[in-house]
Amino acid sequence: MKQSLTHWLMEDAPRSRRQAAMGSLYRGLLALVGNPPALVGLVIVTILVLIAIFAPFLDRGISPIAQDLGNRLAPPSAAHWFGTDELGRDIYSRTLYGSRVTLTIVGLVSVVVTPIGLAVGTLSGYLGGWVDSVLMRITDVFLAFPRLVLALAFAAALGPGIENAVIAISLTAWPPYARIARAETITIAKSDFIQAVVLQGASTWRILIRHIVPLCLSSVIVRLTLDMAGIILTAAGLGFLGLGAQPPTAEWGAMVSAGRDVILDQWWVATIPGVAIFLVSLGFNLLGDGLRDVFDPKDAS
Amino acid sequence: MTETLVRVEKLSVTYPGRRGTTLALRNASFSLGHERLGVVGESGSGKSTLGRALLGLIPRPGIVTADRMEFAGESLLGASEAQWQRLRGRRMSMIMQDPKYSLNPVRRIGDQIVETCLLHLGSTRRDAERRALAMLDAVRIRDPDHVFQQYPHQLSGGMGQRAMIAMMLVAEPDLLIADEPTSALDVTVQNDVLRILDDLVRNRGMALLFISHNLGIVSSFCDRVLIMYGGKILEQIAAADLAHAKHPYTRALLAAAPSLDHPQATLATVVRDPAWLE
Amino acid sequence: MAGMIEVADLRVSFHGGSKAVHAVQGVSFSVAEGESFGIVGESGSGKSTVLKAIAGLVPSASAALTVNGRPAAQRRSKADRRQMQFVFQDPYASLHPRQTVDQILREPLAIHRIDRRDERIAAALAEVGLKPEHRFRYPHQLSGGQRQRVAIARALILRPPVLLLDEPTSALDVSVQAEILNLIVGLRKDNNLTMILVSHDLGVVAHLCSRIAIMQAGKLVEVLSAEDLRRGAAQADYTRKLVAASRGFNRAQPAI
Repeated sequence: MKQSLTHWLMEDAPRSRRQAAMGSLYRGLLALVGNPPALVGLVIVTILVLIAIFAPFLDRGISPIAQDLGNRLAPPSAAHWFGTDELGRDIYSRTLYGSRVTLTIVGLVSVVVTPIGLAVGTLSGYLGGWVDSVLMRITDVFLAFPRLVLALAFAAALGPGIENAVIAISLTAWPPYARIARAETITIAKSDFIQAVVLQGASTWRILIRHIVPLCLSSVIVRLTLDMAGIILTAAGLGFLGLGAQPPTAEWGAMVSAGRDVILDQWWVATIPGVAIFLVSLGFNLLGDGLRDVFDPKDAS
Repeated sequence: MTETLVRVEKLSVTYPGRRGTTLALRNASFSLGHERLGVVGESGSGKSTLGRALLGLIPRPGIVTADRMEFAGESLLGASEAQWQRLRGRRMSMIMQDPKYSLNPVRRIGDQIVETCLLHLGSTRRDAERRALAMLDAVRIRDPDHVFQQYPHQLSGGMGQRAMIAMMLVAEPDLLIADEPTSALDVTVQNDVLRILDDLVRNRGMALLFISHNLGIVSSFCDRVLIMYGGKILEQIAAADLAHAKHPYTRALLAAAPSLDHPQATLATVVRDPAWLE
Repeated sequence: MAGMIEVADLRVSFHGGSKAVHAVQGVSFSVAEGESFGIVGESGSGKSTVLKAIAGLVPSASAALTVNGRPAAQRRSKADRRQMQFVFQDPYASLHPRQTVDQILREPLAIHRIDRRDERIAAALAEVGLKPEHRFRYPHQLSGGQRQRVAIARALILRPPVLLLDEPTSALDVSVQAEILNLIVGLRKDNNLTMILVSHDLGVVAHLCSRIAIMQAGKLVEVLSAEDLRRGAAQADYTRKLVAASRGFNRAQPAI
């Protein structure tokens, strides 16, 4: 059975559109799995997703917001695997639930940033002229601000909270994507296969959406995965400064911030969420590197 | 043919891969004297691999095996990197299809040629400059002093190819391997470049291995021709006798090219026979 | 009778930085219905630019430019586009790398809202000698010759009266070139196509075309029949040099 499925996927002469698409996906997956660092990244990201989904089953019945003031700053033990924080909350449970916040931020930022970046970049690159000038100057304005500072300003203006943190990060994160999409579009637009669709009479929208965007998408996704580490750190930074998720929600950045005061005596309070941030950032980074190799058209043959 | 400069017997190049090994060159045997030897084949025929193997430029993980591979009596089999460096550039040289990729874009033409001189001939700077100018003149560049000072992008395709030839020949190698030297050039420029190569063979006694996909050029330019297919030398024939070639592939190649002189309603196509590779 | 393609005083200039390059400087010719017309020249002669100007891919100025009796304006409607299709030089660059052959052939049908698409795609593949098993492959799974067949199928699936070919075989091996040239000859006969072929190879042009224009440095040097070219009846010096050079190496030929 498995043998025949692999055969179906790898067949040189697929018999339907679906088979061709699945085969292409399968080859990409094989390339990703054949790249050890990327595989490590994929495993870390997958574990993060699984933890976020199954947090209620993994939390050993301890609520992440249940306080136990009599047992504050307890070191790791059988009862509290990662110890407790300054309010006696279980750090293991908080770290588990913190993954949900991180994943929400990561997901929302991707959903906001990708379409904005692609739309601005491809329009700018394909239409050129004054459209290009206007869109690129706007992009420059956003690029000119230091990211964290701009995010801070937005978060301060919109008020603290996770949704506002996402908006703040997204607004500062899209310009590089527009730049990438624009650069790719300019190259692609000159190529013969785009000229061929122009000669067939396709409208500008059709060319952009059906022919150019799919080609820009891969480099944007790669960039997004590579940037995830930065986004997670920015989110953690905002949380650290009290502008991200609000208490008592467990958020890794805020947890590190709270543990800062006691880092010399009760190291685990800041270290555990710090390690989580580090691992997840690393995971996304490795995955991004691997995706870049998979999507590289040079290896397509 | 005068004395033999290159002698190759059963030269094979294999590339081990995930799905078994690829035979890029299969038991190629030939010899080369002070003459123009053409190597003709289509893409994947192994003609470029042949040239690279002679220069020890087969990239990893390629494996080169041969019963014999000699250059001027010296065995090249298992030659050390030091030995190759002594030969390459000094006694054997190569020109490529596109000068754009072979000349350093940020250095003046003259400096690049002078450096080759200094490296291989150990001459003084002044002597090297004199040689470089003389070489630019020899490849029929009209204003050598001017070209000497120019950067590669300032030259046309034909001029760039001449500068490239000058750089490769300034050390006066005994063997020149030319891999599609005229394919990127216009037909009218092509003849000029070929004439420069022709002069070098006739007047300096250089041996030339001329690799090309164009049977028309090879047959009019070279003394002898090797026909390659799938990594194998199918036929060795004097260029003048090509019209009476024995191998069906050679005959098919000749018939497949549309000719100005012999119009045909339908071009002959090549029917490949797996037995050719056995 | 007015020709299928009429070109009068066609001019194309490119403005790069401070200086303008006049790539085509006043070219006029006419191609009759069902005729195949060749344009030969060396790099920089403007031969490809003429073709792209007719297709509307580069901005041009001309006294008149009509295709099938319709003025070919700078802005072309979908109906204008259906009058002619283009085959590019490099089959490795002219097919979308992330689309299957099926998607590539479906696109023109979708743009022009033509029905019975599956049937037409199957027929188009058969017409250019490709098998049904090639239909769902990606370009990188095809050889150079097969890709060029796909490009020809894509051009012909809209049934245009005019086909423009820009060096369609110069990226291919001789044996593959022979197959593609035979295919083009057959398709032209079957569909009564009017063709303009641009090439640097006199042999290829003389094989496919009955009338041939020689271009040099943006201008037409002369227009002559393939017979005259073969017979050596060319008037212009440049044409004679081109013919001599294309016959192979000649030790006696002086430098140009």
